Amino acid sequence: MRKTISKRKRKVSIIAIIMVLLFAILAIIIIFPVVCLVIGAFKPSQEIIRFGLNANLDFSIMNFQNYINLFTGDSDYFKWFINSLTITIVQTLLSIFISGAVAYGFAMYEFPLKKLFFSCVLLIMMIPTEIIMLPLYKEIINFKLIDTFAGVILPFIAAPIPIFFFHQFLKGISPTFLDAARIDGCTEYGIFFKIILPLMAPAFASMGIYQGMISWNNFLWPLIVLKSADKLTLPIGLSTLLTPYSSNYDILLAGSVTAIVPIFILFLLFQRYFIAGMTAGGVKG
Amino acid sequence: MQQIRIKKMFFSRKTVPYVFIFPFVLSFGLFFLYPVVSIVQMSFQSVLPGKVEFIGLENYRQLLNPTFFKAIKNSLLYMIIILAILIPVPMVLACIINSKKMVGKTLFKSALFIPALTSVVVAGTIFRLSFAETAGALANHIIGLFGMAPIKWLRNASTGFPVLIFLSFWRWIGINLLYFLSGLQSIPEEIYESADLDGAGAVKKFWYISRPMLQPITTYVLTITIYGGLSMFTESYMLWSGNKSPNDMGLTIVGYLYRTGWEQNNMGFGAAIGVFLLAVTLILNAVQLKISGRRENA
Repeated sequence: MRKTISKRKRKVSIIAIIMVLLFAILAIIIIFPVVCLVIGAFKPSQEIIRFGLNANLDFSIMNFQNYINLFTGDSDYFKWFINSLTITIVQTLLSIFISGAVAYGFAMYEFPLKKLFFSCVLLIMMIPTEIIMLPLYKEIINFKLIDTFAGVILPFIAAPIPIFFFHQFLKGISPTFLDAARIDGCTEYGIFFKIILPLMAPAFASMGIYQGMISWNNFLWPLIVLKSADKLTLPIGLSTLLTPYSSNYDILLAGSVTAIVPIFILFLLFQRYFIAGMTAGGVKG
Repeated sequence: MQQIRIKKMFFSRKTVPYVFIFPFVLSFGLFFLYPVVSIVQMSFQSVLPGKVEFIGLENYRQLLNPTFFKAIKNSLLYMIIILAILIPVPMVLACIINSKKMVGKTLFKSALFIPALTSVVVAGTIFRLSFAETAGALANHIIGLFGMAPIKWLRNASTGFPVLIFLSFWRWIGINLLYFLSGLQSIPEEIYESADLDGAGAVKKFWYISRPMLQPITTYVLTITIYGGLSMFTESYMLWSGNKSPNDMGLTIVGYLYRTGWEQNNMGFGAAIGVFLLAVTLILNAVQLKISGRRENA
């Protein structure tokens, strides 16, 4: 009897080792390209043009010159950084607040046409935005919002995924809870601002990260709307450096690393919210 | 008097919900419904600055060209391969990482999630330079270890397209893994325990418990993968630094829309491409809803 147990245990531990090995290999494959980027950012441009990215640690050619160029040179990098930061913060705050209010309207009240309007939320979720970008572009021109941050932000403020997510979240709050506040003389708006908003804080954190990541990494729409060089966002600016004849690889690589470091730090600090936010759509039912 | 009435109305419980959902209704009308109607209209027009003309089905007739067929082929092929890889692989990985015998769960989860934090632009930069043509670049260096000659990865479709797939795999594996993990965590432990008592092995438990119980999550991941696959553009744009891969091997439907609508300023034609993509999306969504609906009822 005892023998079979120990045999089974050994078999189990072999499986465990295989599983860990499998994931270790996968993790290395996944992380390795990022490591190569970090190493490459310490090498001179000519080296990158001649040899591409690799994991060679050749300390005789590696130095901080790229970062010095990035931080002290006359590149537009930090302009792009600030632009991206501005758009990300404004879009995230606005869309989270507005989507929260919209979700509250859907979750807490019964009203005619509610089903119809809510199915509109689902409809937007199903259709890629890229499809309507041409008419949207013409509209933004007509609104005189072309080449402005408002033109980048405005069309996507009432965002369907945050609305859907907040709606599911608010469904968990009992409506009788609100009746108590009504008896105390709170107005419907007071209920939203004084009671619901604080309750939604964790949901706001998750969706804030979701929306923040989307805005920070957004590419096609800002590429279409923004025209002047001083208004470009970080992803667009970086993409202009990646040309076959580029002599700007120093800024490109050091800039790429600098662009992901703040997000890594935020991820390490708020891992739980990141994971909740970025997998938010999976919360169904 | 009038003011009080308006104020009263503003605070009445009949109006309040409409006040709350008003921003959405406005945004839906302005930035969704109108553009959708408008793109259908534009697709029957020749849209030049200051001169818009109705030209009937001319744009659609022009759609029948080899470049557009290539774009469709690329987008669909990309979507199908991504579906075939990025659903089963993370599902199995999630089951493995969720098992009690696994150690270092948090570490591996975080490691696999890291690419999701990089933007497509940074990911594209990394991959373009790692799959560079020179012998010293990462990919050529690795195949060199096995005695193979350097490959011009991004010049041929037979290698360029797999690099594109690898880029997407790299970026999405961690997120999809987390989706399936969150699904697994909602499966009651007792089901597995009773399966243990019946002597079911890991494979059987996966096939008869985890896989069917993950159905709602799978449906969701399927939906977003179809969406992402059909509308893919930036990955290809970055990998070939611009919307102009050799022989259009990386041209997608959205890439073609961008090329005709913006780069060539032929907006009516671009609109026809948009309408085509809209139709494909609606059909796929309808089919998928029908299939998953039937499964849920069964």
